[in-house]
Amino acid sequence: MSDHQDLKNTPSQKQSVSRRGFVQGVGAVTGATALLEQEAQAQGTAGKVMGPAAMAITLNVNGKLLKTTVEPRETLLDTLRHKLDHTGAKRVCDRGTCGACTVIVNNKVSYACTVLALDAVGKKIQTIESLTANGKTHPIVPAFVNNDAQQCGYCTPGFVMASKGFLDRNPNPTYEQVKDGLGGNLCRCGTYVGIRQAVLEAAKKLKA
Amino acid sequence: MATYTWPEMKSRKVIGQRLSRLDGTEKSSGKAKYSSDLMPDGLLHAVLLSSPHAHAVVRSIDTSAAEKMPGVKSVRIVAKAGTEIQWAGAEIAYVAATSEPAARDAARAIKVNYEVMPHFVREDQITRAGNRAKAAGEQITGDVDQGFKDAAATHEGEYAIPVITHCCLEPHGQMIEWKGEQLNYFPSTQNVSGIGGDLARSLGVPASQIKVHMDHVGGGFGGKFPSDNWGKECANMSKDAGGAPVRMYLDRAQELTIAGVRPSHFAKIKLAAKADGTLTAWESSSWSTGGFTGGGMAPLPYVFTNLPNKRMNHTAVSINGGGARAWRAPNHPQASFLTCAALEDLAAKLNLDPIEVFSKNVQFTPRAETYIRQLKRAAVMIDWQKNWHPRGKGASGHLKRGLGIGIATWGGLGHASKCLAKINADGTVEIMMGTQDLGTGTRTCIAQVVAETLGVPMNMVVVRIGDNSYPASGASGGSTTVGGISASSRKAAAEALDQLLDLVAPQLGVPKDQLQAGDSRIFVKGNPDKAISWKAACQKMGPKTIEATGENNPKQPGGLINQGVGGIQMADVTVDIETGVVRMNKMVAVQDCGMIVNPKLAESQVNGAVIMSICAALMEERIMDEVTGRVLNADMEFYKLAGISDIGEIQCEMEIDEVNDKRGVIGLGEPCAVGGIAAIANAVANAIGVRVPSVPLTPDRVLGALYGNRMERLA
Repeated sequence: MSDHQDLKNTPSQKQSVSRRGFVQGVGAVTGATALLEQEAQAQGTAGKVMGPAAMAITLNVNGKLLKTTVEPRETLLDTLRHKLDHTGAKRVCDRGTCGACTVIVNNKVSYACTVLALDAVGKKIQTIESLTANGKTHPIVPAFVNNDAQQCGYCTPGFVMASKGFLDRNPNPTYEQVKDGLGGNLCRCGTYVGIRQAVLEAAKKLKA
Repeated sequence: MATYTWPEMKSRKVIGQRLSRLDGTEKSSGKAKYSSDLMPDGLLHAVLLSSPHAHAVVRSIDTSAAEKMPGVKSVRIVAKAGTEIQWAGAEIAYVAATSEPAARDAARAIKVNYEVMPHFVREDQITRAGNRAKAAGEQITGDVDQGFKDAAATHEGEYAIPVITHCCLEPHGQMIEWKGEQLNYFPSTQNVSGIGGDLARSLGVPASQIKVHMDHVGGGFGGKFPSDNWGKECANMSKDAGGAPVRMYLDRAQELTIAGVRPSHFAKIKLAAKADGTLTAWESSSWSTGGFTGGGMAPLPYVFTNLPNKRMNHTAVSINGGGARAWRAPNHPQASFLTCAALEDLAAKLNLDPIEVFSKNVQFTPRAETYIRQLKRAAVMIDWQKNWHPRGKGASGHLKRGLGIGIATWGGLGHASKCLAKINADGTVEIMMGTQDLGTGTRTCIAQVVAETLGVPMNMVVVRIGDNSYPASGASGGSTTVGGISASSRKAAAEALDQLLDLVAPQLGVPKDQLQAGDSRIFVKGNPDKAISWKAACQKMGPKTIEATGENNPKQPGGLINQGVGGIQMADVTVDIETGVVRMNKMVAVQDCGMIVNPKLAESQVNGAVIMSICAALMEERIMDEVTGRVLNADMEFYKLAGISDIGEIQCEMEIDEVNDKRGVIGLGEPCAVGGIAAIANAVANAIGVRVPSVPLTPDRVLGALYGNRMERLA
């Protein structure tokens, strides 16, 4: 029954939180935050109950360690966009349907709107910004431009990252595989014709 | 007044080239900053509390708890006690706080007491609409009864196309900050030059105080012209917070609920024709809704407007739903679907090939030759000869293939646009214009026109748009942008060049009217060796710059722009009659277009419009819940859009030739977004042998049409 009651409480109600007993042995919320921060940074967050107060974390974004403060309920997407000045990933559906927020976490293509920032601690996060970093450009970027695989461009960073992840796994894709391989992203302007060609062009360039 | 013309098609170097869009790398690398990407220091995040009820009166609203919550900087009530709410999702209050979660917590803490009232949200159930349905009067031309008497065959059918939403990926909203008396306004808009004045009116401040800037917009499709009440409230929240920047964007559910829809259309259509398929009479009784204010009649009969005998009745139905906004080619896709579906059904009844029937009736359109040419071309592209069969007479087995036709028309005259062109002494060129690039390639088209006019490479031209401090250019709607900006930038560049020629004519020893710009030089016509380089010419300015303006006035369009196009699309589908699933094999689009500034970008527009039509034909529908009055699918998993594997192959052909080219520039965004739904619906009827009367052609509807429950969604 207690689970049921927890569901009825909003996350901000301290009562439900303390009943879960997550701050056992720690008197002040700030103390708990400091402790959890250490844990989060040291070990990642698996199996830990944290919050509701904000806590400091470090994220490995494109090979750089970035420090910020998040509430446990904040998504990786909102943290990247609102706090870390990485606005390439876009918030569109905010529930894992459209792919506009696609990033690569530990080499796995992921929707940043469905990953909590705390769960991304200790993992390698790759965003669209990495594809043109350090003076190097991943071939998928010019391939999108050459094939006009974009219109308004709001889905584009997500598609570019999904395409990059797809090519990492399928370096020699057929046209049919491209058509099926990018089914996790949606575009409203209708740029799919160009995207199919862009992925094939990038595959060729990557082999060259 | 100078007359302006385009260079001959054959002699052009930049216009007509398949160049990649100028902001392509910026967008593909995630560096493009949309207004919703702006996160300045001290930013406050605002959220909207919207009504859970479709029809209610706010009895009381208490924001005291919300105001005391941590991080909250402003709470603004929109729906004061006594306000009558007319749709679920209507604005109740706004909260701005130091973080978005804090703002959401506070919005949840606002206590609103509603007196819930009865709602009506299903316009398909018109028999229950009561006084929500308002007849819009009858329109009659000719002798309709005689037209039906003279006919060899008649057909009666009922057809329906639902409300759909724009579903812009970047939601409506803005970032706003007051800097003293100046309001810096970063909207997501199709209307950079006009939206500041719109916000000024609703705030009651001088328009001169509002500075608008927007580099990119994440989709508009007709839904992003006004500043909206959220613009005003965002400005007020910034004021409440001492001028702090405030960003407020609708969440996805709100975006699909209150940010505009395309009206539905339901029609009972009766047609009469001679044995050869030539129409003799049209009769339609239609109804539609665009929300609380009802909905106007789509242009019926579509395209075949010169039919001698026709009678149309329409009823506007008011529902408790979010209001309509312009949606790419307003009312045309609906009209095209209703008209082409009825015509295809008539062709099937007469045992005629629909191409024959369409061809017989283009005499009733203003552009018969265009449509005949396009029908022939599209038929070749889709291999009609080989792949078409009489309705329902395809292969045996459960997979049925079919072909269908859809027709389109649009105006597309360029809007009012002013351009400032500046030539610098180092040879660089700056173009300033208060227009916007919706992803259509406006920036690139401007640069191509200017580079062509001045004879300089593209990289010498810097295009500055998206700011209301630049000369005003019209809102991007109704396919008016490319005409407007092409004409104004051509004129501004030509005038600037004229000033430059004044400077170089003495050195070249000829009057300036004998000079020409091209290949980064200015040379004597007919004597290209007598020349001065562009850079040397520009250096003659010394410390000055050359500035010139150009203007497009749609009331005096001149020879640079034009209007009025036709388009034909054809669909090839396969329908599984066991599952009801429709798969796209191929779509072809033949588009009449005038002079094309950039075929690569134009083809993207057409491909995109075809894909939007696939979405609307097979998937998209706003579903209203009769019980709660809410939108049931205000999200992206149940408000379905086509994915990359759902679209089959798409082949588009722009009718680029000398004749079309001489017409000048004509807008393209709308006409290609019209005929696809009709083409797909007709292809499905051709495949399975029966008409699925309502789009989207979901498996349940396809199976219903095949095996029963026919018309269950109609009244």
